[in-house]
Amino acid sequence: MKDAPGSRDYDWWLIAILMAICALGVLEIYSATHASGGLAGMHYKQIRWLLFGFAIMFALSRVDYHLILDQAPVLYAICLAALAAVLVLGNSRFGAKRWFSLMGQQFQVSELAKLIIIIVLARFFAEVRSDELDLRDLLKAGMLVGVPLILILKQPDLGTALVLVPMLAVGAFLAGLKWLHAGVFTLAGVLLVAAVFYPPVSKHILKQYQRERITSFLHPEEDAKGSGYQLLQSKIAVGSGGFWGKGFGNGSQNQLGYIPVRYSDFIMSAWAEEQGFKGVLLALGLYMALLLRLVQNAQRAKDRAGMFLVMGVAAALGFHVLVNVAMVIGAMPVTGIPLPLMSYGGSATLFVFMAIGLVMNVRLRRFVN
Amino acid sequence: MSYWFRNDNRLPQTRLAVVSYVIVGMIGVLLLGFWKLQVIDSDKYGQMAEQNRVRSIPIIAPRGRMLDREGRVLVDNRPSFSVLLLRDDPKLVEQYLPAISDGLGISMDDLHEQLQNTRNLPKFQPIVIKPEASSADLDFIESHRSDVPVLEMLSVSRRRYLPNGFLAHATGYVGEASEQQIESSNSKLRPGDVVGKSGLERQYNDILMGTDGMRRVIVNSVGKEVDHLSQQDPIPGKQITLSIDMDLQQVAEQSLGQRPGAVVALDPRNGEVLAMVSRPTPDPNDFAVRISAKEWKELNEDPLKPLLNRAIQAQLAPGSVFKIVTATAMLEDHEIPESFTTYCPGYATFFGRQYHCYVFYAKSGAHAHGAISLHEAILKSCDVFFYTVGMKMGIDRLSFWGDKFGLGHKTAIDLPSEEPGLMPSEEWVERVFHRKWYAGEAISVAIGQGAVTTTPLQLARLIGGIASGGVFRQPHMLKGVKDVPEERVPLSQHTIESITDGMYGVINEPGGTGGQLKLTGIEFSGKSGTAQVIGYDKMALVRKGTKFADNAWFVGYAPRRDPEICIAVLVQESGQHGGEAAGPVVRDVVKAYYDKKNRKTNGTITAEERGANPASGTAVIAPAAVLKEAAPATPANTSSEDRNER
Repeated sequence: MKDAPGSRDYDWWLIAILMAICALGVLEIYSATHASGGLAGMHYKQIRWLLFGFAIMFALSRVDYHLILDQAPVLYAICLAALAAVLVLGNSRFGAKRWFSLMGQQFQVSELAKLIIIIVLARFFAEVRSDELDLRDLLKAGMLVGVPLILILKQPDLGTALVLVPMLAVGAFLAGLKWLHAGVFTLAGVLLVAAVFYPPVSKHILKQYQRERITSFLHPEEDAKGSGYQLLQSKIAVGSGGFWGKGFGNGSQNQLGYIPVRYSDFIMSAWAEEQGFKGVLLALGLYMALLLRLVQNAQRAKDRAGMFLVMGVAAALGFHVLVNVAMVIGAMPVTGIPLPLMSYGGSATLFVFMAIGLVMNVRLRRFVN
Repeated sequence: MSYWFRNDNRLPQTRLAVVSYVIVGMIGVLLLGFWKLQVIDSDKYGQMAEQNRVRSIPIIAPRGRMLDREGRVLVDNRPSFSVLLLRDDPKLVEQYLPAISDGLGISMDDLHEQLQNTRNLPKFQPIVIKPEASSADLDFIESHRSDVPVLEMLSVSRRRYLPNGFLAHATGYVGEASEQQIESSNSKLRPGDVVGKSGLERQYNDILMGTDGMRRVIVNSVGKEVDHLSQQDPIPGKQITLSIDMDLQQVAEQSLGQRPGAVVALDPRNGEVLAMVSRPTPDPNDFAVRISAKEWKELNEDPLKPLLNRAIQAQLAPGSVFKIVTATAMLEDHEIPESFTTYCPGYATFFGRQYHCYVFYAKSGAHAHGAISLHEAILKSCDVFFYTVGMKMGIDRLSFWGDKFGLGHKTAIDLPSEEPGLMPSEEWVERVFHRKWYAGEAISVAIGQGAVTTTPLQLARLIGGIASGGVFRQPHMLKGVKDVPEERVPLSQHTIESITDGMYGVINEPGGTGGQLKLTGIEFSGKSGTAQVIGYDKMALVRKGTKFADNAWFVGYAPRRDPEICIAVLVQESGQHGGEAAGPVVRDVVKAYYDKKNRKTNGTITAEERGANPASGTAVIAPAAVLKEAAPATPANTSSEDRNER
C-alpha cells in the first residue's frame, strides 16, 4: 500500500479553524490570569501544550489509520488496564482519582480512554457488514463502551463518562441504527436522566457531590456558595457582557474572580463577558465550522472505517462544546467538562489534537487506493 | 494488515447530512441562550455584576462637640469600629450566621432578631450587627474575609461624655435612630444612624449631626478591597457652645452629691443656664454604644427614675418657696394692706379645721411665731400668716399671679420634654375633677402645697424674675443667644423692694430660715421650702406604706436686687428642712460664682486654671454633714396640712 500524502493534501481550512480557536483560548487565558499573582503566565503554559499538541497531531496523521485500527483490541486492553490501574494507583485531586504522573506532568487517563474508545468503536462498526445495525451488534457495541464507562464513573468522573455515550450514539446511528431501537434507547436515556434528577432514585446511583450539583442546577438559590453560585456568577458574567462586551481585560466578573475556574471550565464565561455576544458569535461560529468540517471529512473518507473514526471525534468534540457552553449559560449542571481547545489544560488539549490527528490521517488517505 | 476494512466504502451520506443539521441546530440553540442573557437580560445581569463588584461603605461624619461657655470641652468623640453585615444575598447571610455568632459572640437569637427588624430595608444596605467591636472582633473579620465574606468593619466616631454623669441630663445622649425618627426625617436618616435621643443632643441634633460620606470601592470575589472608585467626604457636625459654666457645674454636682434632686443655676439677666444637675444619673457613655434591652428596661423601671431630668421634669409641690408668689400677690392686689399682721399661735382654724404652722412641731420649743408681719412671715416662713392671706385672697388671685409668673407653663427652655407643672384654679378643678373648688384648698396652695406643682427650673426663673423687677427671661442652654424672649410682669418698685428685702432677710437677718447660709460680702438672698412628698404619686405607689420624708427646696440668688445668678435646688426626701438640705448647695454655687468673678476681675486667673480639670474646680465644698450639725435643730415637718381632710 502506497503512502505518500503531500502537504497539499492536508485540510488547511481545518488547521486554520483549529488555530483560530486556540488563539481565542490563549487570549482569554491571558486576560483571566495575568493580573492574578498565582496564575500569571498560564497562557505560556497553554501555548506550550498547543505546540506539543500540533506536533502530536502531525505525527499521528502520518501513521495509516488502518494500522491504528488494526491494533484496536490491544489498545482496548491497554485502556481498560490503565483505567483499572488509575483507580488503584492514581493520584487523588479534588476527591477523584483521575491522574497519573508522567514526566512530571499530571495526565488524565480518561482523556486517553476517550481516544481509544473512538478507535475501538470505529473498528467495531466498520466490521458490521449489514446496512442495518441489528440488536445483537448494538448490544455488543454497548458492552464495549459500557465497561470503560463504568470504570470512569468509578473515579468518579461523570463528565468524561458521559462523553462516551454520544460516541456510541453517533456511531450506531451512522451504522444503520433501526428507528425502533433508536426510539427505545432514547426513551431509556430519557428515563435515566429523569432518574438522575429524581432524588429518591438518584441517591442510589449518584455520588453525594453529583447529586448536589444536580440539586444546585435545579434550585440554584438553595446553594448559595456551591455550584449554584458558580452557575449564577457565570450567568452574571455572560449577561453583563452585553452585545459588545466589556473589553479585553475589563470584565469585572472575570478579573475580580467571581467566575469560577475562569481560565478553564468557565473560560467561555470570561470570553462572553469581555467580548460580548459578538465574541460569542465568533467563537461558536468557529466551533460550528470545526464540527461541520469534520463531518465533511467524514463524507469524503475513503471507507467506512475512516468515516466512523472522524465521526467519533466529531461526536466527542460536539458533546464537549454542547455540555460546556450550556453550563456556562446556566442551562446544564456543572459537570467539569472543559471547552475543547479554549480551556486551559494539558491532557484535554492533547486529547483534542490526537483526535484531530486521526481525522487528518483519514483525510490524507482519501484518494489513496 | 488485516482485510477487515477492504472495499467497504458504503458511506451513509444521508445520515451524515442529518448529523450536520444537528450540529447547526445545536450551535443555534446555544446562541439563542447567549442572546437571551447578553441582549435581552443584559441590563439585569449588568446590575448584578455591578452589585458584586462595587461596595458602598459609609464614612460616618463626627458629631459636633459641646463646649462650655469658656470653650472647655464637655462632649466630644472618640474613634471606634462597628461591625457591618452585608446583606445583598440573604441566603449567604443565613449560611454564615452560625460562624458570625461564634466569631463575634452574638447569640443566634439576637442576630435573627436584628435581621427581622431590618427586613424591610433595601438589601444593599449593610446593617450594624455589633456597634462596638473589640480588637478580637476586628481580628476575626480580618482573618475570615474569604470564609465569612459578609462582614465588614466600619470606622465610626463614638460620643464621649465626661465621667460620673457630669451634666448628663442636659447634654442627653445619642442612640440609633428609631423607626419613627427615620420615617419622620424625610429619608435624611438611615437605620443605624446615630441621633440625639434626649437633652441637647436631641434638641440640637440637626446642628450637631453632620452628613455622612460614602466610599465606593471595588471588591473581589473574596471581599477584599482591590480598588477605590470614589469618595464623598463626610461633613462633620457643627459644635455648639453652651451657657454652662463648667466650674459652677462642677461645684453644683459635687455639692448635691448623690442625693436625688436637682440644681439649676440661671443668669436672670439673660436667661442663660449656668449649671444644671439632676440626680440620680445614668452614665450617658453607656448609651453611646447600643444599650441592651435589659439595661434599658432596668433604667426605665428604676423607682428612682435616673432618666428623669429633675431640673425640668420633676413636678413637685414648691412648698414655702411659693409664699413669694402669695406675698407678691398680696402686695400687688392691695386687697390686704401691707401693714397686715396676724398672730401665729402655731396653728390656725379655718372652716372648723386646724391648720398647723411648721413651728408648732419645732423642737426648739417655740411652737408659735406670735404676732407676725409680712416681712417676718417671709423670713420665718410662717404658715399661719400665709394661710390667712391665702384664705382672704382666694384661689382666683393666687392662680392669677402664679400663672403670670409662669407656673403651669413650660419655660420654653431649649431642652426636650420639659414639664409645665400645675397652677390649680377653679376652672382646672371643674375641668379635671368635675366639682366645685373648696375654699379651704386655697389655704394649702398659699403655702405651696395642695395641687400646685413646679419644676426647679420654673422656680429659678420665678424667683430670679421677681428679683429682677418682674422681667422673666426665657431660660436657654446656648451661650450668646440674641433677642432672648422675655415676659414682663409690671410690679411696683415697692413690691419688689419688700419681697427682695424679705428674701435677703431669710439669710441675713436673725430668725431667717436660711441664717446658716450667710456669705460675707455677698448679698445672698433666697427662700427655703420644705414640701410633703405625698403629692408625688408614682413614688407613693412604688414605696407604699413607708414614711415619706419631705422634699427640701431652696431658691437663692445674689445680689439682692437685679441678680446675676439665681439657683434653685431640690433635694428629694432628704427629711431635712429646705434651708438645711438644699440651701448649702445654693450657697456653694453662689460662692463659687463670686470667687471666680472676683479672681477674674482681679486678673489673677491663669490660663492653667481656666483649662483645668473640673475635678480641681474653684469652690471649696463644705460637706453637708458639717452643716447639718451647725444648723439649729429644726424638725423635719414644716407644713402640717393634712390631705385626709378631703
